[in-house]
Amino acid sequence: MKRAAALVLLMAALAAPPPRASAADPIVVGSKFFTEGYVLGEIAAQAIESASSVPVTRKLGMGSTGILFQALKSGAIDVYADYTGTLAEAILKRPDLRSIEDIRSALYSLDLVMSGPLGFDDTYALAVKETFAEQHHLTTIGDLVGIEGGIRAAFSYEFMDRKDGYQGLVQAYKLHFSPDKVSRMEHSLTYRAIDDGVVDLIDLYSTDAKIEKSHLRVLKDDRQYFPVYQAVWVARKAFTEKHPREWQVLLNLQGSISEPAMIDMNAQADIGHVSFAKIAAQHLGSEAPRSQSLKSNILQRTREHLLLVGISLLFSVLVGIPLGLVAARFHAAGQAILVASAVVQTVPSLALLCFLIPLFGVGMKPALAALCLYSLLPVVLNTFTGIRSVDPKHLENARAFGLTRRQILRRIVLPLASPTVLAGIKTATIVSIGTATLAALVGAGGYGAPIVSGLSLNDVPTILTGAIPAALMALVAYGVFELLGYLLIPAGLRKQS
Amino acid sequence: MLTLQSIYQSFDGRSVLSDINLNVPQGATQALIGSSGSGKTTLLRITLGLIAFDKGYVKINDQPLLSFTQVEWADRIGYVPQEGGLFPHITGFNNVSLIARLRGWRKNKIADRVEELRALVDLDPGILHRFPFEMSGGQQQRVAIMRAAMMDPQVMLLDEPMAALDPLIRRSLQRELKAIFKRLGKTVLLVTHDLGEAVYLADQITLLHEGKVVQSGSYRELLLQPADPFVTQFINAQRTLPDAAQFA
Repeated sequence: MKRAAALVLLMAALAAPPPRASAADPIVVGSKFFTEGYVLGEIAAQAIESASSVPVTRKLGMGSTGILFQALKSGAIDVYADYTGTLAEAILKRPDLRSIEDIRSALYSLDLVMSGPLGFDDTYALAVKETFAEQHHLTTIGDLVGIEGGIRAAFSYEFMDRKDGYQGLVQAYKLHFSPDKVSRMEHSLTYRAIDDGVVDLIDLYSTDAKIEKSHLRVLKDDRQYFPVYQAVWVARKAFTEKHPREWQVLLNLQGSISEPAMIDMNAQADIGHVSFAKIAAQHLGSEAPRSQSLKSNILQRTREHLLLVGISLLFSVLVGIPLGLVAARFHAAGQAILVASAVVQTVPSLALLCFLIPLFGVGMKPALAALCLYSLLPVVLNTFTGIRSVDPKHLENARAFGLTRRQILRRIVLPLASPTVLAGIKTATIVSIGTATLAALVGAGGYGAPIVSGLSLNDVPTILTGAIPAALMALVAYGVFELLGYLLIPAGLRKQS
Repeated sequence: MLTLQSIYQSFDGRSVLSDINLNVPQGATQALIGSSGSGKTTLLRITLGLIAFDKGYVKINDQPLLSFTQVEWADRIGYVPQEGGLFPHITGFNNVSLIARLRGWRKNKIADRVEELRALVDLDPGILHRFPFEMSGGQQQRVAIMRAAMMDPQVMLLDEPMAALDPLIRRSLQRELKAIFKRLGKTVLLVTHDLGEAVYLADQITLLHEGKVVQSGSYRELLLQPADPFVTQFINAQRTLPDAAQFA
């Protein structure tokens, strides 16, 4: 096992990022995990960069409102763009707050500062295919009444769960969708679903670029049910006090982004596949910052990914094997350990990440913590199983020959259990190479970053720049473990299998 | 030499062994025989110092088991488990030399001793570099005997040494085993359920039944002066093949 640990350490060391050149605390800009979020995040970052020498760190594509709010509160990010309706409903839990002033003062009591509207309104809306609208004479949401029972709908998770989303909508319009025809899915996939004709109705944001591309008709909110979702900057009060100049730069952008401009920028990203950096630069009338080449980009992602996987692997080996030993030795503790690590495994990765943000902030730390927890079970379980499956007659014989407890463990039990233990470490590695792609949602980078942004853009080539290296890394890991098997598993056991 | 004196053992209030007395003189071979459930395996584990017992003494040269640590006792008894019990993950050589290496023996000393024992059990030199799964049953048994004899114990304890072997190999190994015991000059306690094997290999036979010694003595004594009807019953129960006369 020493050799394995050394190898993992080596991997981690190779993957470690070089020390930061700048000592100044950077301003951290966050963003949500969809096109508009990335564009606004990039605009904020470039605006600050062009007017100030304070370095800017981008943590773009960080999952949902909940994650961003936690990140903002814990100081892991300084500023991001959100919408007034979302702030009132999802963060303040005060859907009654409608005016900018009310929301601003409510946020202020949470030590958060909100800018004025950026100039456009991105509200929820319902849409159907043009052809479907023609067929059923639909122009408003109210027109759905009467035919809604036969409609197949796909709604995003956030829309389904928010009070000002689905639940309120059906009450306000007295709509009776049939529950088995309403499915929840990731927002960018709902477009795919309606394009493919498997659903008739989806929710969307009124500035979505894909409305036109997918030939959708947005149904008018004739009862003005949906609250107004004006885009604003939300920042930590501490940030606005420490960097008043930079905050002023962002305030100068108030009213500068019109609805058509936003739709156009979204379209450039979603349909034209123009980079966010370029779109933001165009909007600001400046030069786009030099983008990284694909090669150096993948190299950096590889380093981040290796660091995530390497450290969590090291942890799972150093902690998982002893835990497995304890579990195999003491019955009660064993059951507790196995149940606990199994329970951790059942927590969905995104939820686990969300729980860890208050403890660890955003970035590498919560991602590492989640990966460590996830990679623990295979190692603990296989160590336990491997040791338990050692024929007890060998243990008794060893005792009769005069081996001490420690010698039995070292000379008999561990070698005999080594194929199973190694298989557990292999599973943990391959699983964590896959799971580490989710780390991008909390700003930890890695191969997940292009996957996440590609997903939100529905841009397969971008997804592949993350997915292919991740798959390759898993293959390489598989090979490395075959090799390790030769080094670590006693020859007498290897030849048998 | 090896003495078991008034051994009592019970599990959960149920008596498993009661008043077991046994004495194997220096250099003699004694068979402990009994059907399954007779308590012979429990007695074997007690003799090896693997489990505690309620009452009595286990002694080698009048020194009681309880005055030694498990490790010290193990050096006094060489143990050959059922089917040899070789550790599957290491070679024959490493099985034989494991304890010596753990005790810090020098390489030359180990090599010399292994070679001496190899010649004694008449094993082909190449076999020692094989893993157990690459050896025949008879080869595994010889390696296991070498391992048991490695630290030069005063007593050898063999558990069903022939049980897993096929009949022809069994016959030839039986003959050799007798010679090996003689060459080793050790005090041997053999645990078996096979009377034929016990008669062939041992000077004295102790018959165990339901946790008690029914009779101890030579085969002749057991046959001609049975201490209990069970002795005769046990002897008669050993299967014999019908001879040609019976088909006439």
